[in-house]
Amino acid sequence: MTGYLIRRLIQAFLVILGVTLVVFVLSQLIPGGEARAALGPKATPLQISHFNHLNGFDQPLWVQYWHYLLGLGKGNLGYSYRNNQGVTALISQRLPKTMVLVGASTLLSLVIAIPVGMAQAVRRNSLFDYAVTGVGFFLYAMPAFLAGELLILFFSFDLGWFPSQPPSDATAWAVFTHPMDFVLPVITLAALTIAGFSRYMRSSVLDTLAEDYIRTARAKGAGSQRVLYGHALRNALLPLLTLVGLTLPAIVGGALITEDIFNYPGMGLLTVQAAQNDDIPLVLGTTLVATVATVIGSLIADLLYAAADPRIRLGGE
Amino acid sequence: MANPFEHLPTEAVVAEHDEFSPSGGSTVSSDTFWRNMVRVFSQNKLAIISLAFLIFIVLFCFLGPFLFHTNQTNGQEALMNSTNNAAPGAGHLLGTDDNGFDILGRLMFGGKISLIVGFASAVVATVVGIIYGALSGFFGGWLDAALMRLVDVGLSIPLLFLLIALVTIYRPTAPMLIIVIASVSWLVPARLIRAETLSLRTREYVQAVTVMGGTRRRIIGRHIIPNSVGTIVVFATFNVADSILTLAALGFLGLGVPAPQTDWGTMLSNGVNYASNGYWWEIYPVGLCVVLVVVALNYIGDALRDALEVRLQRG
Repeated sequence: MTGYLIRRLIQAFLVILGVTLVVFVLSQLIPGGEARAALGPKATPLQISHFNHLNGFDQPLWVQYWHYLLGLGKGNLGYSYRNNQGVTALISQRLPKTMVLVGASTLLSLVIAIPVGMAQAVRRNSLFDYAVTGVGFFLYAMPAFLAGELLILFFSFDLGWFPSQPPSDATAWAVFTHPMDFVLPVITLAALTIAGFSRYMRSSVLDTLAEDYIRTARAKGAGSQRVLYGHALRNALLPLLTLVGLTLPAIVGGALITEDIFNYPGMGLLTVQAAQNDDIPLVLGTTLVATVATVIGSLIADLLYAAADPRIRLGGE
Repeated sequence: MANPFEHLPTEAVVAEHDEFSPSGGSTVSSDTFWRNMVRVFSQNKLAIISLAFLIFIVLFCFLGPFLFHTNQTNGQEALMNSTNNAAPGAGHLLGTDDNGFDILGRLMFGGKISLIVGFASAVVATVVGIIYGALSGFFGGWLDAALMRLVDVGLSIPLLFLLIALVTIYRPTAPMLIIVIASVSWLVPARLIRAETLSLRTREYVQAVTVMGGTRRRIIGRHIIPNSVGTIVVFATFNVADSILTLAALGFLGLGVPAPQTDWGTMLSNGVNYASNGYWWEIYPVGLCVVLVVVALNYIGDALRDALEVRLQRG
């Protein structure tokens, strides 16, 4: 377990380091450099060279990268010239809201997908199984932006059950005080993953039910309920945990679209607005933070898997 | 859903193909192989319907404008000659949008860009992925490790964030969008081709070529890549679907092709501004186009997977 833990931590660290390098390279690709972004297109060459010298942009690239890393270590993600505010400050207000959205929708997706997938596996090739597969395929093909708009049209405009967007000043805690505001965004994002999760759960339970130890349990006289919940479910859940970790980048990407649809003031909306304002430092900052959050999320999923699976927890390497 | 196994070719055909086609299937048995592939594909009704639909959409977008003339670029003329947000009727079969452009014509006009960008970026991504994956898998060792860690890094970045960063840095013209979308979607094919190469590299016929003095370039070009064709074709099909969806997402976020051009996502993004006014004709037709094209491509990919006997996990 310790060896696995250390290896996994080092791997996550290297990936994050790689991502900082990618973001740094992207920041070097800005036409005209950061000086143009800061000073505008009318800046004179003298102003630009002065700005570059002041900010250390005339130094060799590896020195700049090193300074960039040092800055990151102190929590400095750069400066948004459009907003006249540090990128870190802008992001820190928005990150918790995105985490609430991603967390709540992933939970909802699992709460629906696990029992559905299990029921599909138990009643394999039944009408129910085919119906769910059909609905799943439909959900899978439905882009998040269309699903979200349809939900707004129906539940918000036609029925008036839920608001089409949460108030922009809401904090992350509003999920407890005003849960109705979050219903449509959370459902939209969950719809993205339910199909994949339930399909995986179905095949995972089917695989587990074919194992020797299930036959042994049956032979010893365990009832079908006990076999299903006591033996099959726990083992079938394990690989799902890994899938959740692997799906996280897609969920965070989906959150970006969802936030745009519902005007939900999280990191995604911040990114889209920054892109529309040509605020490149802010876009790069949110990209880095979203990726690091994703990598840490996947790491947690992997560690939970290791803790839950006795073959890794107790076994050697 | 049909049982995927009932369409699998008979064992004899598989054996014939595997055993006696040493250089990428270009021997006597290849005829049988392709005929067999077409047979399996054409037995899948959903795939045939999807293919017909896709051909229809391509003709609709590329030939349609020649038969159905509409003004799609001159905003002033559009506003002068027609009312904006007009409901479907005699003059405009699917109504007009907020600028007075005819929506049926605009579906063709925007669809052309969506299809071209989706298809071209999938081709670019696949070619880059093939070269990268084949090199990585074939040479192995530290090169493989380094190349694959780079893919890991790329895949850990949420795709849309990376896309938005690239689109913000490079203003999105249609050719630029092809490069940008390809630059994030070559990662998965690269990984797949690497895995394929690793398994092919150890096959006996590749070892035989090595023993006979075949160069590495010959092995990769004549043996490894041709034998991965199934995997490549199937994945490229899914990649086209994903790229069309990605472009639609970018368009929806207001980051699609700039005016006066348009794409399906940008059209949808315009339409939803009027969602509360009940202008359904600005949302449903274009939304349906995106979903149906993506579903059709997915069914075709599934059928190709069965026909080419590819074992492929998506994702």
